[in-house]
Amino acid sequence: MIRLQNLTKDYGSLRAVDQISFEINEGEILGFLGPNGAGKTTTLKMITCYLSPTSGDIEVEDMNIHEEQIEIKKLIGYLPEHNPLYIDMTVYEYLRFIADIRDITNFKARMKEVIEQCGLNGVVNKPINTLSKGYKQRVGFAQAILHDPKILILDEPTSGLDPNQIVEIRELIKKLGKEKTLIISSHILQEVQAVCSRIIIINKGKIVADGSTEELQSAFNNKTKLILELDIPENEIVEISNGITDITILSISPLNKTTFKIEIEFDSDNDKRKEIFNLIKSKEWTLLEMCRENVSLEAVFRNLTIEGGKR
Amino acid sequence: MNLAITITKKEIKSYFSSPSAYIVLVIFLLLSGWFFASPLFINNQANLRTLFGIIPLLYLFFVPAITMGLISREKNNGTMELLATLPIKNSQIIMGKFWASVILIGVGLLLTLIHFITIMVLGTNVDFGAIFCGYIGLLFLGAVYSSIGIFASSITSNQIVSLIISFFIIFFFFVIKFFLFFVPDFMVGIFQFISIDYHFSNIARGVIDTRNIIYFVSLILLFLKLAQISLENRNWK
Repeated sequence: MIRLQNLTKDYGSLRAVDQISFEINEGEILGFLGPNGAGKTTTLKMITCYLSPTSGDIEVEDMNIHEEQIEIKKLIGYLPEHNPLYIDMTVYEYLRFIADIRDITNFKARMKEVIEQCGLNGVVNKPINTLSKGYKQRVGFAQAILHDPKILILDEPTSGLDPNQIVEIRELIKKLGKEKTLIISSHILQEVQAVCSRIIIINKGKIVADGSTEELQSAFNNKTKLILELDIPENEIVEISNGITDITILSISPLNKTTFKIEIEFDSDNDKRKEIFNLIKSKEWTLLEMCRENVSLEAVFRNLTIEGGKR
Repeated sequence: MNLAITITKKEIKSYFSSPSAYIVLVIFLLLSGWFFASPLFINNQANLRTLFGIIPLLYLFFVPAITMGLISREKNNGTMELLATLPIKNSQIIMGKFWASVILIGVGLLLTLIHFITIMVLGTNVDFGAIFCGYIGLLFLGAVYSSIGIFASSITSNQIVSLIISFFIIFFFFVIKFFLFFVPDFMVGIFQFISIDYHFSNIARGVIDTRNIIYFVSLILLFLKLAQISLENRNWK
């Protein structure tokens, strides 16, 4: 559906996007992830025909961005990063203007649908500059989906919203994702994890990872971390590492005289929890807590992007 | 519907939904009215020559003021990104904005028709032809200045910078007639042809000559094209 080939964008001497290639299939919800300044927004701006690539190519439904911009723009609904709006218009006037340019014929019916979908019922006739940030974001959404586009591109759709609004917007994204091809850029991992079927992590203009959430987690994290809280005489702690092979003790911190918090790491495909428990039982230590820390995508993200930064 | 008209409608609405258009129009009318009315009884002539003399000068401030925000404000607010990602051509955006400013100028001119009514009531032997041509000339003049203003607005995201640039480009075309005395003979023709006032005064005299019309239209197209190029160049930074 969307194909990027060796896409490169230079701002003067700064290379914002560096030889990116990937393909997005119909119906996919792609999370475009990266730290600030990684080149996410620049890439999206090139797909939406706002910026032209320095080199490389983009095809949307087999149409080239150099040749058929207008046709491509008709397919795409785009919510830019800072959600620019004509703030002196009312919500109705604004959507009417967008509809006129998009040449939407059944405007009234479509408007009703979109207003319902985006929860704009009470504010249709209010000037946009009197709305709260959350409502403004919804107006931006309404603008992006008004022509019922096949492709929806959302650049940091939840940035600057409060937690309740974020939840609402995410629900909206999930609803929309059922029928559209979606690209969402974000630097917030939970968000991408919550809604996306596929994730591309980009850093310094290059793709550093590409795959589903689970794939990324398993590909980049083959270690399991276990946190123990133990009542144990201090001099016996050594016996943990002596008693069990193939584990690493990451840290030992005393909580009080006899209680210690111990972090242990081992290979995920070689579960040591049973052995650890048996050892504790046989030594008659008291186990207060044992929990496995799920390696989140956050760790993957941090690894990839910090490593990338050092390169 | 033509997309340029959609843009025109939006700009007209935005002109009249803020006080700026009203302020500019009121000042325009006050000044033109003052300059028209004060020598009226001294001249004792039933024509609008003083009005046609002063309006080109007022345009020098009036037109940059109404065109300065047309594109630069969109750039500054980020709404340019919105427009540029909608299925509309840059040429349609420019044309839409151009027509909006021409319409606003037209409204200003329409309001000065009150002076025309005054001389119709007071005078006899009113030369309708000359007055009609004068207004046509003023409209063309306003359109040329608008295209310059839109070009200036397209190259910056700062309204004040846009105002100053358009003022100076218009000023150049306006004052060039005063330099006719200082240039060598063989260049007088060229300077005269560039001078906007030369073409305007021809029309204002009641002669609509295709050469003058071609001059106005080609200047308009030139600056609108330049504005379009500058919008497109945004991509190639």
